[in-house]
Amino acid sequence: MKVTKETVNYVANLSRLTFTDEEAEKMAGQMDHILRYMEQLNKLDTTDVTPMEHVKPISNVFRDDLVVPSYDRSELLKNAPNQENGAFKVPKIVE
Amino acid sequence: MKYEVVMGLEIHIELATNTKIFCTCTTAFGGEVNTHCCPICTGMPGTLPVMNRKVVDFAIKAGLATNCTIANFSKMDRKNYFYPDLPKAYQVSQFDLPICEKGYIDIEVNGQTKRIGITRIHMEEDAGKLIHDEGGTGSLIDYNRCGVPLIEIVSEPDLRSAEEAKIYVEKIRSIMQYIGISDCKMQEGSLRADVNLSVRPMGQVAFGTRTEMKNLNSFKSILRAALHEEKRQIKEIENGNIIVQETRRWDDDLGKSFSMRSKEEAHDYRYFPAPDLVPIKVSDEEIISFKNSLPELPQARINRYINDYKLPEYDAKILTNSKDIADFFEEAIKYDVPPKKVSNYIMGNVRKLMNINNDEVPPFTGEQLAMVIKLVSKGTISSNMASKVIGFMYEDPKNPLLIVKEKNLGAMNDEGALIKIIDEVISQNQQSVDDYQQGKKKAIGFLVGQVMKQTKGKANPQTVNKMLVEKINNLK
Ligand SMILES: [Zn+2]
Repeated sequence: MKVTKETVNYVANLSRLTFTDEEAEKMAGQMDHILRYMEQLNKLDTTDVTPMEHVKPISNVFRDDLVVPSYDRSELLKNAPNQENGAFKVPKIVE
Repeated sequence: MKYEVVMGLEIHIELATNTKIFCTCTTAFGGEVNTHCCPICTGMPGTLPVMNRKVVDFAIKAGLATNCTIANFSKMDRKNYFYPDLPKAYQVSQFDLPICEKGYIDIEVNGQTKRIGITRIHMEEDAGKLIHDEGGTGSLIDYNRCGVPLIEIVSEPDLRSAEEAKIYVEKIRSIMQYIGISDCKMQEGSLRADVNLSVRPMGQVAFGTRTEMKNLNSFKSILRAALHEEKRQIKEIENGNIIVQETRRWDDDLGKSFSMRSKEEAHDYRYFPAPDLVPIKVSDEEIISFKNSLPELPQARINRYINDYKLPEYDAKILTNSKDIADFFEEAIKYDVPPKKVSNYIMGNVRKLMNINNDEVPPFTGEQLAMVIKLVSKGTISSNMASKVIGFMYEDPKNPLLIVKEKNLGAMNDEGALIKIIDEVISQNQQSVDDYQQGKKKAIGFLVGQVMKQTKGKANPQTVNKMLVEKINNLK
């Protein structure tokens, strides 16, 4: 599998990142290298190995459906770069 | 050319839990902006979500009530996309191992039973709400809804008309209300449907290209949006254009849909297992005990109405369509009134008023309806007046006897006055009297109508009919 500059730009776009041509070129090479390294795993015979669905060997961690008072709004908004009338404010979204 | 429409629905249902899916914030509707929030549901780094047990219980019940297989092993996944209504930049949902799979429900279309497949039901969290401030410099976000538990019910592409889609949503809603996992209030967004729709020439096996319309939150908009999209696609094809696979936004006010290409690029969700949430295991014993705990479902109630109350199947189906109406019916018949009479009033007068007022339940009780029926059987009011009383009772749910007195709606029991009116009607409508005498028995109906008109509907039509017949027979 050869990672191309297009793949890098596609993934970058999904992550809301922009790269210069030079950076994308460099990144393509590095990502390709990483993926090739991982491809070694494909050489292993895993016929008798059950697929791992989760990293932790535990299940069913639940809590009861009991309401606890929510947070103070001003605390929640403290780190927000922008706010208005108790709401988080972000650059205008156009649909 | 004749076309066939193919539809599949994704229905999002907000679960009636007290708290959100991963934190202890309330799910109460409304509330001041961002006051039902905490670091977990606003996606602060370093927080640890913990699954609400009730969400899993409710999802399992929904699956059992729709004939799904419940997974013994299920897990949560992250669905990644950037949109400010989602503070974590991912939605916790289920990807390849949903809690329920491969179910079905049966719906009635034009008197025929049709089976609609349920592909899967999975659990997920709701997003926040964007407040677009007109002319403002940015968009505002309220995260009160963020993290409210949802189930998404995905159907097979088995629906073949907008009407079928509407019936299917009604049935799903009714089932979910019966098992008590959601109030399904559409006006509060507790039930929203995404409609996937394509058309194909009649007889063609392959599906056409489909479009998706998201977040339809009323039966009316589901019906209208589906009909409109069906027409739009057929027109495009007839004009030689091809259908583009896309998300379209339905504008219910304009009655039109619009392309939302802006959202297209984000459809690569890069799902992966949610590392902070552990898998969910459900044993066969637990599934059986959930099955036994389910309340009476619509189908069982239909059978009971047919067998125990001797109602026609048609009545039984309509009454049980909504749990609230079925409960209303059952309350009324407790008061010793014939079930069929109660059913007639509910399906007639009451349902009509509910439709006009866009209500899900009548404002008066089943007992009050039973009282009206008794007033008719005792002869206190005529059956014509009963609908007036119900109308007044709908506006102001008072004791029906009080309404009869206040509005002077009592039956005309003054024989003398009635005889006078009957004599007048007979003399003024000689033609109908002749017709009747010559064997046209239907002519009596017209005369009864005339008398009822003169008495402003207060007379008992059966009595009038009897008196008229006697009178005319004596004329011979
Ligand atoms: Zn919270």
